[in-house]
Amino acid sequence: MTIEETGKQIAAEFELFDDWMDKYNYLIELGKGLPLIDESKKKPENLIVGCQSRVWISAEYMDGKVVFHADSDAIITKGLVSLLLRAINNHTPDEIMNADLSFLDNTGLKDHLSPTRSNGLVSMIKQAKFYAMAFKAKETGTL
Amino acid sequence: MESSFDVARIRSHFPILEQKVRDRQLVYFDNAATTQNPLAVTDAISDYYNRYNSNVHRGVHHLSQVATEAMENARKRVARFINATHSHEVIFTRGTTEAINLVATSFGQAFLKPGDEILLTTLEHHSNIVPWQMACERTGATLKVVPVNLRGEIDLEELAGLLSERTRIVAVAHVSNALGTILPVKEIVKLAHRYDIPVLVDGAQAAPHLRVDVQDIGCDFYAFSGHKLYAPMGIGVLYGREELLNRMPPYQGGGEMIEKVSFEKTTYNELPYKFEAGTPDVGGIIGLTTAINYLATTGFDEVIRYEDELLDYATRKLRSIDGVTLIGTAARKTGVLSFLIDNVHPYDAGTIIDHYGIAVRTGHHCAQPLMDYLGIPGTIRASFAFYNTTAEIDLLAGAIEKVKEMLA
Repeated sequence: MTIEETGKQIAAEFELFDDWMDKYNYLIELGKGLPLIDESKKKPENLIVGCQSRVWISAEYMDGKVVFHADSDAIITKGLVSLLLRAINNHTPDEIMNADLSFLDNTGLKDHLSPTRSNGLVSMIKQAKFYAMAFKAKETGTL
Repeated sequence: MESSFDVARIRSHFPILEQKVRDRQLVYFDNAATTQNPLAVTDAISDYYNRYNSNVHRGVHHLSQVATEAMENARKRVARFINATHSHEVIFTRGTTEAINLVATSFGQAFLKPGDEILLTTLEHHSNIVPWQMACERTGATLKVVPVNLRGEIDLEELAGLLSERTRIVAVAHVSNALGTILPVKEIVKLAHRYDIPVLVDGAQAAPHLRVDVQDIGCDFYAFSGHKLYAPMGIGVLYGREELLNRMPPYQGGGEMIEKVSFEKTTYNELPYKFEAGTPDVGGIIGLTTAINYLATTGFDEVIRYEDELLDYATRKLRSIDGVTLIGTAARKTGVLSFLIDNVHPYDAGTIIDHYGIAVRTGHHCAQPLMDYLGIPGTIRASFAFYNTTAEIDLLAGAIEKVKEMLA
């Protein structure tokens, strides 16, 4: 499935809820379900500091695909992180760099992705794309 | 408790409060960040722009004279509000932050040298930390910090112990924006003045909730913002003692602050204009003085008493909820109730509370050193104004129960 297809699937899942509370309950569940990253990966260089909540992200490159691990100290942020990872994990650097993540606009959770929210999510997306760019550069020897 | 204070009538003066947020009646508990403007204030500002908007001080024409007079009357009104000795000790700034930057820069240039010390407290807002750090970088002075206890109080003896012959200035909040603690500023001034050390008081959170008397406090500088006092954003005040202000160089250069300019030498205007370069925010100044008059007409003592009752009610209400921990339990507090819900991140709590139409603030409240000291990522902060009600506090309590259901 492409990133965009997964995104559409996620948006469709969220459309099933009429009520904001159900959406958040689902998100909280996702947050609780996201595998915690290793404490060893919660080091300062993996930390994205938002004013409101913190996000840690690290990445591995295997067989031409990128796998991200991420965590947050706030559970709603963590739920959103898990949605993002579901869409972008196991894709090539090119796919990630060019990914259209606007599907999140249709989940009713768009507010959380506004830069003014300063929960680390916007920076996390940027960071994920940087990782993809770096892996690509390393592979093609342009770094 | 609300019988003596007609809060329904008060609320009718603030049309912004009458709106639905996420299909619920708005509950505005973010007053420590900014307060709302009564109609009297917005009317006065539009009256200014509709009838006598004009550049001040340099015009001989009628409108300029009317605007200048309004501005200078406002200065007198502000001086009376804080009981300054002279109205030229009142300098209009963009807000508290600019007022503190003015002192840190200008006082710093005149009086700070390598090895000197600036004394702050752990609970300062970043606006009363960063300008001093910048002054340290420019001058070679260093910061000393008075610790705070777990209730959020300052120990005067510890403060006294940190004063030394190297201390050049003490800069403290009157009221903590994150915890609501009222600091004993009068006693702090007494201690500092024993060694002739001037004191700046950051009054951003105090001016709306306490009667401020700069002569009684004895401070050398006092800064506050209009937008936390029912006036617009972009206008604030620096009070400075005449004698000190006269010994400080100008902060910014430009129009109004000069006496005579030639390319060889410029001589500076006298107080307060020396510190007011450029065209001032006359509309904002009119708004500020109208807000002060509005508070006086409403009865500032009544306002203060009612706000204390609100904080007291909220404290008791939230204390009675299982799993809620109050952050900041100083003996003397005003305006602010910071708290945490067990096992719930403030961001998560704030997100759910917002869905109930309740505006609270979550995060470190621009007081990161304090949060680090308390070992918490931030708090949920409800901050009150005299247009709030106990019924609104009950709604907050209900929303907290929901947060616990969903997240704890």
